[in-house]
Formats: sequence, structure tokens, C-alpha cells
Amino acid sequence: MSGATVPADISGHMLDLDEDEDLEVFSKNTSLADGNPMPNSPDSMVNQFRLDEENEEEQQGAINKDIFVTVDNPESHISAIETFITYRVVTRTTCSEFDSSEYEVRRRYQDFLWLKSRLEENYPTLIIHPLPEKFVMKSMVERFNDDFIETRRKALHRFLNRIAEHPILSCSHHFKVFLTEEELAPHRKLGPGFLSRMSDTMRAMANSVRGLRSKLEEFAVMQEYVDDFSNKMCSVDKVTHRIIKEHREYMDELKQYGPTYFQWAESEELLAEPLKGVGSCVERCSKETEEQIQHLSEFLVPTLHEYVLCADTLKAVMRRRDNIQAEFEAKNEALASRTTDKEMLQEEVDDLADRVEQANNALRGDWSRWRTSMRADLKSAFISTAAKNVDYYEKNTYKRDRGGSFDLNLNLNRGWMRYMTS
Amino acid sequence: MRVASSADSSSNNSRSQMIMADSGSSDEVAVICNTDITSKESENNLINTMVERGTALLKKMEISVAEADKRTGKNTVNMQETYTVYLIETRPAESVSEEGTPAAPDTLWRRYSEFELLRTYLLVAYPYIIVPPLPEKRAEFVWHKLSADNLDPDFVERRRVGLENFLLRLASHPVLSNDNIFFLFLTEEKGWREAVLETGFQDKADSRLKSLSAMFRVKNPDKRFTALKQYSEDLSTVISQLLRIRARVADRLYGVYKVHANYGRVFSEWSAIEKEMGDGLQSAGHHMDTYAASIDDILEEEEHYADQLKEYLFYTEAVRSVCRKHELIQYELEMAAQDLSYKKQQKEELETGTVRIFSLKGMTSKLFGQETQEQRESKVAALEQSIQEGEEALKEKNAESQEFVEKAWNDIERFKEQKEKDLREALISYAIMQISMCKKGIQVWSNAKECFNKM
Repeated sequence: MSGATVPADISGHMLDLDEDEDLEVFSKNTSLADGNPMPNSPDSMVNQFRLDEENEEEQQGAINKDIFVTVDNPESHISAIETFITYRVVTRTTCSEFDSSEYEVRRRYQDFLWLKSRLEENYPTLIIHPLPEKFVMKSMVERFNDDFIETRRKALHRFLNRIAEHPILSCSHHFKVFLTEEELAPHRKLGPGFLSRMSDTMRAMANSVRGLRSKLEEFAVMQEYVDDFSNKMCSVDKVTHRIIKEHREYMDELKQYGPTYFQWAESEELLAEPLKGVGSCVERCSKETEEQIQHLSEFLVPTLHEYVLCADTLKAVMRRRDNIQAEFEAKNEALASRTTDKEMLQEEVDDLADRVEQANNALRGDWSRWRTSMRADLKSAFISTAAKNVDYYEKNTYKRDRGGSFDLNLNLNRGWMRYMTS
Repeated sequence: MRVASSADSSSNNSRSQMIMADSGSSDEVAVICNTDITSKESENNLINTMVERGTALLKKMEISVAEADKRTGKNTVNMQETYTVYLIETRPAESVSEEGTPAAPDTLWRRYSEFELLRTYLLVAYPYIIVPPLPEKRAEFVWHKLSADNLDPDFVERRRVGLENFLLRLASHPVLSNDNIFFLFLTEEKGWREAVLETGFQDKADSRLKSLSAMFRVKNPDKRFTALKQYSEDLSTVISQLLRIRARVADRLYGVYKVHANYGRVFSEWSAIEKEMGDGLQSAGHHMDTYAASIDDILEEEEHYADQLKEYLFYTEAVRSVCRKHELIQYELEMAAQDLSYKKQQKEELETGTVRIFSLKGMTSKLFGQETQEQRESKVAALEQSIQEGEEALKEKNAESQEFVEKAWNDIERFKEQKEKDLREALISYAIMQISMCKKGIQVWSNAKECFNKM
């Protein structure tokens, strides 16, 4: 995207290099031509839909989602230098900005990282859904382990879809390139790369040392919330993992408990039936517990994990916003103490002031959007967990009823006291 | 006639107030008419059955172990110790005074060691009877949260129930219920110990212990007893294993429930920073706390099931000692027969002059000359006397053995029936407990789900 036509894309101001000059034909945001920083009020964009893999197609009330992305089909690529996994990314769209209505490309994790950092550069104060983490050696999970790949695939899928739903991010040029270009490598080589990222970080560090003069109340409140939210998410995540661990240990004991009843049944005659009954109930219980663990791992854990990562994202966003403000304040101060060359400096200061304004607005808008989606995601994850637990107990009740009914029927024949022994 | 069990009124309220939430699965309920009975009621049904069998003793009186209390006193080595005493209440059956209220019971206090003495006496006096076991002296198969301390109130309570069960078992036994020492145990606080010692059972007790640990081999073992002994060993092994694993399962289940309390805490803290989500989170958190707390009652209830299994674990010991006693009698019988036939052979040899059995005496007499006619005749006479005595002894032993086998097998049959019935009841009440636990789980998580919906 050309920096000139898209004020919301602040990267054009921050960095003079813009590899997209040559690719103007893909400029999408005609609605932004008037320079209005916020094309649509984010509030009007607020959709109550949950991003569930199963019902990403149910977009009632979705105003602007016309890009549908799936990530699937992981495959290993073995080359002389390295081995890595690629994922198939399929896009279906009715958006007029795209030449065709369907695209299929293969992407690797590094490509996703590239996309994310591009987006962060271009939209520093928008809240971008987190990517799954890089492979960490100490987690003892094999990099090409099936579960790991599947978990990652789902997270990548969610990542792209969140962007596709976002009123601003979905218009990103980089996003489009990511979805449509056969080869991403040429695009990755051009444009702000390592060096510019370096200078960003250094600038940020320099600014943070300086500190802010005054922070708007609303952002101070936001910061406090972000810190608290981060703590809570970490706690919930930890507790959930602990619960899974306890379930697992319980299940392991159950697996030994059941067979003991069957063993006992072998030396009994009349008692064999009820003993086997109890034994099979215990076995059923252990299977159900296994399913319960599965469910937690598949639904609740990834969602909580993403929001732990989100909390970090939010912190980074707050930091970047602060940096923009700090830069402005620094220049402003410099201006105040200057006597010559005031005009040029003034222009710079005005630009920076604008940036601050835009950054703040972008954040404000995205904040409520994020809050809503956070609420929806966590709510549905917890509901699903609770429902699974109800289901677990119902299945166990049913099973026990079934096992018990045989015994209790015979119990009704209490009058018949004499049992056959031989 | 219902045995007055004060256990109901004074015991753990959680048992009698267990609420069964209706899960709505009416088909299942129709089949299982009695799912709603608590395990305590199930236990009472058991007691009622014991009573229904109607021994003479139970027709006359109601027996219960109503309370437990602490005492301090000097023990045998003159040191101060704290011990627990149990109140035994007896009351004539269906006794009603003029005002229409039940008559006051006779009461006396006994400590655990006195129960032990009673049981030891019965073991000696009735070696062919499978004597009901006492509840355990020390808490075993404990899962970590449960105290192994003998003075812990929960342990004392469970022991009280166990002792009452013991007395009722004795009182409903066709043979043991008629024992006088048992009767005195229930009715005479002072002087009971002396009465027991006067029976002279102590001597027999020592020889019994000796015989139980003696090593001997029976030539023709009774197959029924061999099978029974094997069965009781198998049962003992499997129940021990079951109790061990059950304790571990209880431990793990405790962990699962308790960890949810952390959700309660975190949700509550989290709700403080949220606006729209706050209420839902807060109330969901409360349900998590409820869920975590519910495990205590559930597992206390399950201890009851463990106690029922333990009783039969201890019963296997009693069965084994009857088998052992039979082996001893069988062995003595065989020895007596062997002894007799040896003597007869000796006599035959002396009479015919042939040596069939090698003996040093025989050899020396062969080498150094025959005995005189006189000597031989006196030996034969002595042997005849001995043989006659031996035959008497053998007859006695035979009779003893037959009587033992008959009485023992009678009791074994009775025991088998009782075991089948009791264990079946125990398994059923265990299943009922599990169902109740699941229903509680459904309730809590449905509520939590509602709260999450309001987030």
C-alpha cells in the first residue's frame, strides 16, 4: 500500500522505504482517499460471531468479511539445507481487490512471522491476534510431532482468519501478498528488513528511557487492565494445566482399579456379575476421563494460551503507542528550545502530533473490538468445558445405572434367601 | 423389629441428608426403584436382615454401641495413657413404659481391648466357628488426607460403627449368640474380665496359637477344606489389592476436585477487573468452590464402603484359622491311626516271631538270642493294653473330627450365604454412591455453564 493514500498505514511516515510503490495497482482502500483515519467506526464493525473453526462460514451480521481462509494439509519439505513443514493456505474471496476468487499457496511458519511483523510495523497500535510460538527445545515436544503440528495448524488458521475479519488489517497489502503470491521469497527480501527492525527497537529503547510527560487517563487505565489481565490469564492457564495433570493421574489409577474387580470376579460365583459390573463401570469412567482430558487440551487450553500471548501483544501495543507519543514529545521539546529552522521542525512536530492522534484512535477503536472478541472466545471456551463436564457426569451416571440395575433387580427378590453354593 | 441404631441420630449428617438430584432419566429410575436409598439405609437394611433371622438373643434385646468417649488411666506398666471407651446400650426388645416412651437402656462402657478379649475367648471356645472380626485396630489403607491417628474423631466414629456391627453379628449368630460370656459382656461391667479368665480359656489359647503356627503335613487332606483355604487366601489377596488401589484412586480424585478451587479464586480476582464479564465470572467461581468442597463428603461416604470390604478381609483370617484347626484335628487323627497300626504290627511280630519292622531291639534280640517266653508274653500283654487305649483314642479322635467337620461345615455354609449377600449389598451401595456423586457433578457444572453463559 502506498503510504500516501492510506493515512492509517503509518509505516509510510515512519519509514521512507516502501516496497509497495511498484505495486500500486493493488491499492484497495479507495474509501480512505479522503484522508479520514478511520474509514469505518470499529464499533459498527463489532460482530458477535465466534471464530470457531467449525462455523467460520456462519457470518451473519458480518459486515466486511469477504475473505475466507483455511490452513490445512501440513507437509514436510526436505531440502539439502533444512527440513521444514509447509501448510496449504486456501483463500476464497468476493473482494473486488483480488483478481481471482480463489487462491492456493503453500506457506511455512517463517512466512507467517514475516506477515505478522509487517503488520505490526504498518499498524503499530492495532491489536493483532498472536501467532503460535516458535518451537522451543525445552518443551520436549518433537518439532515434527503430529500433535504439535496440528495444534500449530489450528492456531495459524485462527491467526489468518482474525486478520481477515479485521476491518483494517484485512486491507493490508502484505496480507494480500501473503494470500495470493505463489512465491513469497521475493517479497520478503525487499522492503524493511532486519535493519529497520533493529532501528525500531533501538528507537523504542531510547524513548522508553525518556519516559512520557503525560499520559491520557484512558491509556493509563488500559495499561493497568492489560497488566492485570496478563496475570489472570497466566493463572487460569496454569490452573488448567494443573487440572489436566490431576485428571491424568486419576485416570492412571482408575486403569489399575478396574481390572482388580475382574480379577476378584474370577474366584466368585454369585458375586461375579455385580463385580464385573462395577469393574466395567470403572473402566468406562477411565475412558470418559480420557475424553475429558482430550477436550480440555483441544478447546480450553489453546484458547487460554492464545490469550496469554494476547496479553503480551497488548503490552507491546501499549509500548509502541507510548513510543510514538514519546517521539512526538521529544521533538516538541526540541522545537520549543529552537530559535532557527523553526518552520521545518514545526512541520515534523505536526506530523508527529498527527501520528500520535492516529495511533491513539487506532488503539481506541481496536480496543473495544478486541474486548468483545476476547469475551466471546473465552466465554465459549468455558461454556464448552462446562458442557463437557456435565456430559462426563451424565455418561457416568448412565453407565452406573446400567451396571447397578442388574444387581438391584435381584435385590428385589429379597424373599429368596437361599443361594446355591457348590 | 428394628434395631435401634443411634448411629443415625448422632452420626455424620452428610449420610442421612444426601440429596439425590433428579437427573431426569426416568427410564433408568423406573428399573432401579431404590436408587434413592442412601448407603446408610442400605447398611440398616443389612442390620435388619441380621435381626430378621431372629436369634433368641435378638428377640429379647436390642443392642447398640451408642457413643464413644475418652478416658485416661494407668496402664499395665503404670503409665498414664489416653484411651477411648465405647458405650454399649442394651434394652429389652419392644420395651415401652407406661407413658408410651421407650424404657431407658442399660448401659456399660467397654474399651477396645475388652472386645479383643471377648473375641479371643470365642475363638478358643468355638474353634469350628468363623468368628466375626473386629474393626481394625489401626487405620490401614489410608489415603493421604484421612488421618491414621487412632484418636481422630472420624476414625473413632467409624470404629464405633464397626464395634456395633461386631456385636450384632455375634448376636445374630445361631451358636455364638447363646454364649454366656458374650451375654455377660453385654450386661456385666464389673467382674466380666474375671469371669472370662475363670473359664480357663487362656491355656487353650496358648496351645491354639502354638498349633496355628506349627508345621505339619496332612496325608489325606479334606478337599473341601483345602479348596476353602485356597479361596480365602485368594480373597484376602484380592481385597487387599482392591483396598490399596481404591485408596490411591480416592487420593487422585481428591486432587482433581480440590484443584478447581483455584479456578474459584482466580475467577473471583479476574471478575474484579472486568465489566460485562464480571458477574458471570464471579458466580462461576463460586460454583467452582462448591465443586471443590463437595469431595470431602463424597470420600467420607466411600470410607464406609472400604470398611465393608475390610470386614470381609478380616473374615478371611477367621476362615483360615478354622481350616487350620481342621488340619490339626485331621493330622492328630492320622497320627493316632498310624500309632495304632504300628502297635498292632508290633504285636503281630511278637506273636509270630517275624520281624517286619526293623527295630534295634529286634536286631539285638536276633543277634543276642531270643527273649524268654515270659518276657514275650508280658510284652504282648502290655501292647494289647496299649492297643486298646489306642483304639479308644482313635474312636474319640474320629468322633471329634466328625463333629468338628459337621459343625464347621454348617457354619461355613451360613457364612457363604452371608458373604454373598453382604458383599452384593456393599457393591450396590457403592454404585449408588457413585451415581450420587455424578448427579452432584451434573448439578454443579450445569450451574457453572449458566454462569458462563451470562459472561
